[in-house]
Amino acid sequence: MEVLDIARWQFGITTVYHFLMVPLTIGLSLLVAGMQTAWHRTGNPKYLAMTKFWGKLMLINFAMGVVTGIVQEFQFGMSWSEYSRFVGDVFGSLLAIEGLVAFFVESTFLGLWIFGWSRLSRRVHLACIWAASLATVASAYFILSANSWMQHPVGATLGPNGRPQLRSIGDLLTNSTVLAAFPHTMFGALAVAAALLVGVSVWHLARRKGTDTPVWRASVKLGGWVGVIAFAGVALTGDLQSKLMFEQQPMKMAAAEALCHTEKPAGFSIFAVGDVTRADCESVKSVTVPALLSFLANSDLNSEVKGVEDLVKIYKAKYGENYPNDPRMGSFAGKPIEYVPNLPVTYWGFRLMIGFGALAALASAAALWLTRRGRLPKGRWFVWAALGGIATPFLANSFGWIFTEMGRQPFVVVPNPSGVDGVWMYTAQAVSAISTTEALISLISLTTLYGVLAVVEFFLLRRYAMAGVAGVMPPKPEEPDEGENKKSDDVLAFAY
Amino acid sequence: MELATIWFVLIALLWFGYLFLEGFDFGVGMLLHVLGRDDTERRVMVNTIGPVWDGNEVWMIVAVGATFAAFPSWYASLLSGAFLPVLVILLALIGRGVAFEYRGKVDSARWRRNWDRVILLGSWLPPLGWGLVLTATVVGLPLNARGDLVGGPIALLRWETLLGALAVAGFSLVHGAVFTALKTEGEIRDCARRLALQVGPFALLPLAGLLGFSLLGGAIVLTLGALALWRLSIGREGQAFALLGGLAAAAIATLFGSLYPDVLPSTLDTAFSLTVANASASPYTLTVMTWVAGFGTPAVLAYQAWTYWVFRQRIGTRHIPAVHTP
Repeated sequence: MEVLDIARWQFGITTVYHFLMVPLTIGLSLLVAGMQTAWHRTGNPKYLAMTKFWGKLMLINFAMGVVTGIVQEFQFGMSWSEYSRFVGDVFGSLLAIEGLVAFFVESTFLGLWIFGWSRLSRRVHLACIWAASLATVASAYFILSANSWMQHPVGATLGPNGRPQLRSIGDLLTNSTVLAAFPHTMFGALAVAAALLVGVSVWHLARRKGTDTPVWRASVKLGGWVGVIAFAGVALTGDLQSKLMFEQQPMKMAAAEALCHTEKPAGFSIFAVGDVTRADCESVKSVTVPALLSFLANSDLNSEVKGVEDLVKIYKAKYGENYPNDPRMGSFAGKPIEYVPNLPVTYWGFRLMIGFGALAALASAAALWLTRRGRLPKGRWFVWAALGGIATPFLANSFGWIFTEMGRQPFVVVPNPSGVDGVWMYTAQAVSAISTTEALISLISLTTLYGVLAVVEFFLLRRYAMAGVAGVMPPKPEEPDEGENKKSDDVLAFAY
Repeated sequence: MELATIWFVLIALLWFGYLFLEGFDFGVGMLLHVLGRDDTERRVMVNTIGPVWDGNEVWMIVAVGATFAAFPSWYASLLSGAFLPVLVILLALIGRGVAFEYRGKVDSARWRRNWDRVILLGSWLPPLGWGLVLTATVVGLPLNARGDLVGGPIALLRWETLLGALAVAGFSLVHGAVFTALKTEGEIRDCARRLALQVGPFALLPLAGLLGFSLLGGAIVLTLGALALWRLSIGREGQAFALLGGLAAAAIATLFGSLYPDVLPSTLDTAFSLTVANASASPYTLTVMTWVAGFGTPAVLAYQAWTYWVFRQRIGTRHIPAVHTP
């Protein structure tokens, strides 16, 4: 393997892994902030128990999200130094802003929230969880702006040194791509948290033990509604995104549809039989909904959608047939450029994303129906389905990212078809001049550590989820004697 | 002053903030087993930094992020050139961050013992690594015309960079001991003070040696170090802590001052050196960043200071609640 392949595997593995933690952190921290607000306003102990229980699961996961995020910021410089030199002026600024205005707030106020129980006034303590969770949202916005710039570079011009130069930070932050990707990602994050609420609560309700039924009932309601609404949001914003993608990265969408030849009107492929790996597509038999793709692309049932073959001709004419004959390009020097992304990955990635998202919504809706008006869920199958449902939005998110990132190959910065001349970069050009050994050591050690930590996190989440409210709220201590009163007050409300 | 120079100074300040703040929480981790003889004492140690270590770590994230934005070539050459040390730092920080959160989540001696080992490694390796990497950016690396390291990872190992590793680790150790003395009560506090006084002079020696090239810098560091230990010996832990902050500031100022106007010199040919002028981002990017930093930095300082105020109470074994896990 070459450094390029290893660095790509590392980026893919670390990013998908990081993005298992992040949506849960974002979604759960917002819901926990909401639960604590409910407790603050009503004083109902049910909401306090919810805050503590779901807050604990959030924290177990938060730690992993934070530490794996550092790797993300560093590996641009470590493994992708040519990319970093090329885009630092534009891309780097978003990362720096993310750190300065989001990470500082997030980490500081989370620390205040964790340790501030009964040390801060209730109002201030509540403000801390809101500050921390809104900072995670802001952080998502900045990093998605950076990613959207790679998908659709705006607000930059080619500078005298041959590298993009930032022209307008406002354009970066209002890139049409991020305006669609941000709500899509946020709804995706809420779907993840919602599925966890539904799955764990249904499991507890079905056991019909203990005194915490109101806690689980309120959790399943909240999770169910958030899940259903999040799916609607994901679908609407996803439609918005795909329309933009047809315009900004037509090859990605053509690949996602295994649409080989330009069609007018074009049908939407639901399911393909045969070999989608070959760009000629002659072997693919696809079950399609007539004209739907035309509608998705252009809101017009009769419009033309360009297929892979025609797009390849256009890309070759615009960006050349071969990679530059530069020794830095390694084995790619002078080779023809493959403009079609990996078809099975994009085609199936797109479908798995939508499919798992729909399953998650189905589980939420079913949970709402089966627990309506005080009913308790019956039947082991439903408990298993709800527990399995926890995984579905995670899978949908992962496949969504794999689709959107693999779909932009061979570019790391995709050319903007409607402007910004010269601002694009091939992935093969972006990699660092490090040795294969260094790259391999890094890939193996990070993957191994991530693997071990995944097991630990799963074990802890499962343990705390099963233990329920009692696991996070110690039973009230015996009333202390008068004399000891002061001393017991001294004990920290929370300590590691 | 030019914007690029301002950003050079700001990045130096961010590294100071990092070494000053995370320096002490590394030190607490390094001394976990020395000062914490049983689990309750170790919990006292961990809880002195519990609410703040994550916020401290962000200083590093922002220092590196600001380098990416303000000096893309510096960021790219340093992180790819120092690939393996940076990887070790990352692996250590991943384990450490998770360990703090997870060590008390299961009530088992073996579970805690394993996470304590992770904290120990995670607290020693990053200061050693950053000492090496930051010294490497000062003394330079064999960079070719494209800004890439020539000669593989071995090229990083020079006596200066190794001394730098020891310097940052030694400083963190003393700083952590002084912080423990400042934040705890009872026996841990006495132990921490004794340890800082005994080990301090030796642990600060590599730092003084590293700054040997600058008489002024070296002298200031030695003086502040001696003052800090003196104040500590008469029980003024807060002053000792602040003086160590001054020491870190003097060290960073000396190192970055000697680096300027380079940001990462090439030891092959000075023509390949990355400088404030040739490695910086465009004026517009620097302007945007300056606005963000102008509003953001005072806010960060304010709310982080408030955090330290909220958790100003000294803690001891009697403050640690009973273990409660499912």
